Amino acid sequence: MAEAVDFKVIGTSPVRPDGVDKVTGRAQYGADLNLPGMIYGRVLRSPHAHARIKRIDTSRAEAIPGVYAVICGRDFPRGQSGEIGGEGGGDVADLAKNVMARDKVLYHGHAVAAVAARSPRIAEEALAAIEVEYEVLPPVLTLEQAMRPDAPLLDEHLYTKNLPEKPDKPSNIAAVMQLARGNVDEGFAQADVIVEGEYKIPMAHQGYIEPHACVANTNEAGQSTVWCCTQGHFEFRAMTAKVLEMNVADLKFIPSEIGGGFGGKTVIYLEPLAVLLSRKSRRPVKMTMSREEVFRATGPTSGTWIKIKVGAKKDGTMTAASAWMAYEAGAFPGAPMGPGAMSIFAPYNLPNFKVEAFDVLVNKPKVAAYRAPGAPQSMHAMECAVDELARKLGMDPIDLRLKNAADEGTQAPYGPKFPPIGLKACLEAAKRHPNYTRPKPPGAGRGVAVGFWFNVGMQSSAEVHINENGTVTVVEGNPDIGGSRASMCLMAAETLGVPYQNVRALIGDTESTGFSNVTGGSRTTFATGMAVVKACEDIIAQCKARAAATWGLDESQVEWQDGHAVPAPGVNADVKPLSLADIAANAARTGGPLLGRASLNAQGAGASFSVNFGDFAVDRDTGKVDVLSFTAIQDAGRAIHKAYVEGQMQGGAAQGLGWALNEEYIYDENGVMQNAGFLDYRIPVASDLPMIDTEIIEVPNPSHPYGVRGVGETPIVAPLAVASNAVRDALGIRINELPLSPPRILAAIEAAEAGAR
Amino acid sequence: MTKLHVTTSINGEEVDFLCEPQQTLLEVLRETLGRTGTKEGCATGDCGACSVLINDRLVCSCLVLAAEAQGQQVTTVEGIASEEGLHPIQQKFLEHAALQCGVCTPGLVIAAKALLDRDPDPDETTIRYWLAGNLCRCTGYDKIIRAVQDAAKTLAHPA
Amino acid sequence: MVRVVFPNHLLSHTGGEREVEVAARNVRELLEALERRFPGSRDALRKSAVAIDGQIYQDAFLEPLEPGAEVFFMQRIEGG
Repeated sequence: MAEAVDFKVIGTSPVRPDGVDKVTGRAQYGADLNLPGMIYGRVLRSPHAHARIKRIDTSRAEAIPGVYAVICGRDFPRGQSGEIGGEGGGDVADLAKNVMARDKVLYHGHAVAAVAARSPRIAEEALAAIEVEYEVLPPVLTLEQAMRPDAPLLDEHLYTKNLPEKPDKPSNIAAVMQLARGNVDEGFAQADVIVEGEYKIPMAHQGYIEPHACVANTNEAGQSTVWCCTQGHFEFRAMTAKVLEMNVADLKFIPSEIGGGFGGKTVIYLEPLAVLLSRKSRRPVKMTMSREEVFRATGPTSGTWIKIKVGAKKDGTMTAASAWMAYEAGAFPGAPMGPGAMSIFAPYNLPNFKVEAFDVLVNKPKVAAYRAPGAPQSMHAMECAVDELARKLGMDPIDLRLKNAADEGTQAPYGPKFPPIGLKACLEAAKRHPNYTRPKPPGAGRGVAVGFWFNVGMQSSAEVHINENGTVTVVEGNPDIGGSRASMCLMAAETLGVPYQNVRALIGDTESTGFSNVTGGSRTTFATGMAVVKACEDIIAQCKARAAATWGLDESQVEWQDGHAVPAPGVNADVKPLSLADIAANAARTGGPLLGRASLNAQGAGASFSVNFGDFAVDRDTGKVDVLSFTAIQDAGRAIHKAYVEGQMQGGAAQGLGWALNEEYIYDENGVMQNAGFLDYRIPVASDLPMIDTEIIEVPNPSHPYGVRGVGETPIVAPLAVASNAVRDALGIRINELPLSPPRILAAIEAAEAGAR
Repeated sequence: MTKLHVTTSINGEEVDFLCEPQQTLLEVLRETLGRTGTKEGCATGDCGACSVLINDRLVCSCLVLAAEAQGQQVTTVEGIASEEGLHPIQQKFLEHAALQCGVCTPGLVIAAKALLDRDPDPDETTIRYWLAGNLCRCTGYDKIIRAVQDAAKTLAHPA
Repeated sequence: MVRVVFPNHLLSHTGGEREVEVAARNVRELLEALERRFPGSRDALRKSAVAIDGQIYQDAFLEPLEPGAEVFFMQRIEGG
């Protein structure tokens, strides 16, 4: 792995190659494509949170002039068997039922039918003409309701998985998970101090500004082309093929630019509907979601109910910890309780622990991945408990964490020993940061918390082409959500030894480049970067061979230095170095075009730890919480593009703070979301936040050629507990439910005052 | 339904179109006129992604009827750069990495221009409150504010 | 010989055995040996991620196993 001091371009912050098109409005996003003859699709959605579909009659809709096609559950095949997708995917049969209801609707907004018509207005008219007869069933809307033995069941054939014996009755609890080490009872017995807490976090949405959108076009051979905004066009193609029982070779997915995803665009919703509508109508069909549909009928993340207990000795050494965690799955199994359970104690060296987690169905949309899925919820509970522990012990919250911090060689709660990690480095950096050493503003509260995410590698492909003038084209398959083209160009420029400005990046569609897993999982700079570097190394090997042939030397006598082929030291040859441009100009004579390639399943993704802290003020009269300052410190392994790494840390902090202070799904007793719009689902705006200070720690990941660790997901984890702990510090009251919105703050103040009277 | 014939000016060019009475300016810009630089994030005036200027006034085009553009001067993100190149606001957004996914960027460029045209030297609080109607989910706003501050300096002291 | 540890949710496939020692030179041989020892465990094991001496692999198959290696089965993660 390369040493930092040698880098020419890595670690700088150049303008991204797709930047000019994005600031001028030229870049094309999911809804920006218009094709000749295109018609418009719209979805009919369930008005009930839980009901059986008795009958659907689409005949009146089909008769409306200007309506080209109508589809509903009976137009879909059952779907291939098996599982697909990450957190948010799951069983193909469930995915198929989620994109279009079959015999039951399981949440308000669940797709029941779809039409394609000449204009959006005619499409809306057609939706109104579809007759659906429902048998309304009682909705199950909370974890408490869902987990009761007498609860109404969303799926009468679902039996809880992973219990020692298969249960005799079906349940809304789809699966359980347990992690354990040592003996928690003995561990708690050894503790001098024990803290306990019960925390509730609401369902929340990724909140990307671009609604889902796609255009599908099918020809008479049954081959479909789909243009869509997606985090992973190859995975979308695979999911669509499985749901529609199609040959992947008959599906071409072209990724548009994407206006945010955060995990929510790793799952299909409109795409199979648009394909079927375009097949039936024999026209290109555009489908876009309204903002309301995005909230009601895509994939928010789980609300949770978590009980936690932590014990420690007087000197701060933790002796035991236990957690009971219920996660909302929504309409179908697949809550991220696994990653939640594996991450909750990851920062700590615990001799004894026990985690029990539950994947629970409720009549809400099927949850999908949201930036470090499962971890913000679980780690919030632990970080609040550690804060309480620090208070009881009279210890500084960072010192308490340093005393128990996991490090290289510590056994992670999910089994393996950690390779080199940056938690201690982040804690030490936080301790000496000027924002921490300075006192808090008068009346303000300060909160500290740790964040973590595993990060993944998975599959990526890349090609590198050298143009005849020595400029470079990189082709890869990862939609650019946050500046990844720039990072690929930086890594290619560094590896080849050419200026950054000489490198261009292209995101290939499913027919133009090799398979790549999603842009997500904090994997793109790591895994796709690795493929790009390998493809460049392939180019270098070819260039050395071409130079050797040109000079009459053996390949082993040629080296690559600063973008040039040169004779190796000690080789006596009176030749000038050959640049990439020189070799490319002569390529026809030395073997043909220069094309490098690599494909891999990247292993060795390094976990990324963070430490965040902030000063918050609480207005006791209005209940409003102001973020006065916020500092995010995170281990990036190696920051390829410094400004975009900072951007991930700042953006994740804003999402975490939004979830902590204001965001929540509010349901009425019928299971209808009351705040399905940006007015009342209140994400942070510019006036809500201060500047977000960042410090990038670099504990290089030995498995990546440049030491990269993924950074995208970890940033959302710590801010939730930073807010909870800061409000606790400011008010003197621990509030156990998020968000810490004004009504909740005022109710807590009132309750405390009533209690004191 | 009888369509209305509207004549307007978009980015300094005379443009005319047919529209239904209830169509919004946003819909006509994107679907009828093919100018997709202006984005739809919510269609209810809450996110600012559809921001345009009408006679130099900052509005959400999803809250303006297309017919209201009759005889007005509309400025969209496609009209911000000039023959000389990018507007300083656009240039500073790029230099400061003030965009990640970029979908809120057209609206923010328009909103920032409306601010700096009125107030050439805004402080941080003024910028934050002026831009509070433009939602960004990716950046946390830090680099956006810095880009606008830097653009203000450049506009005040052109090189 | 390598040391293999199973998480709680796979214990139903291993008859409750949490830790076993297996002779295997790579993951493919390990999976075959485990499937022979615990009939019916094939699908569940192949769907799992594994950590080998601290490194997590989502699709392990050809990876070599040094003598004395520690192998932990765990749930797959994709992230968001």
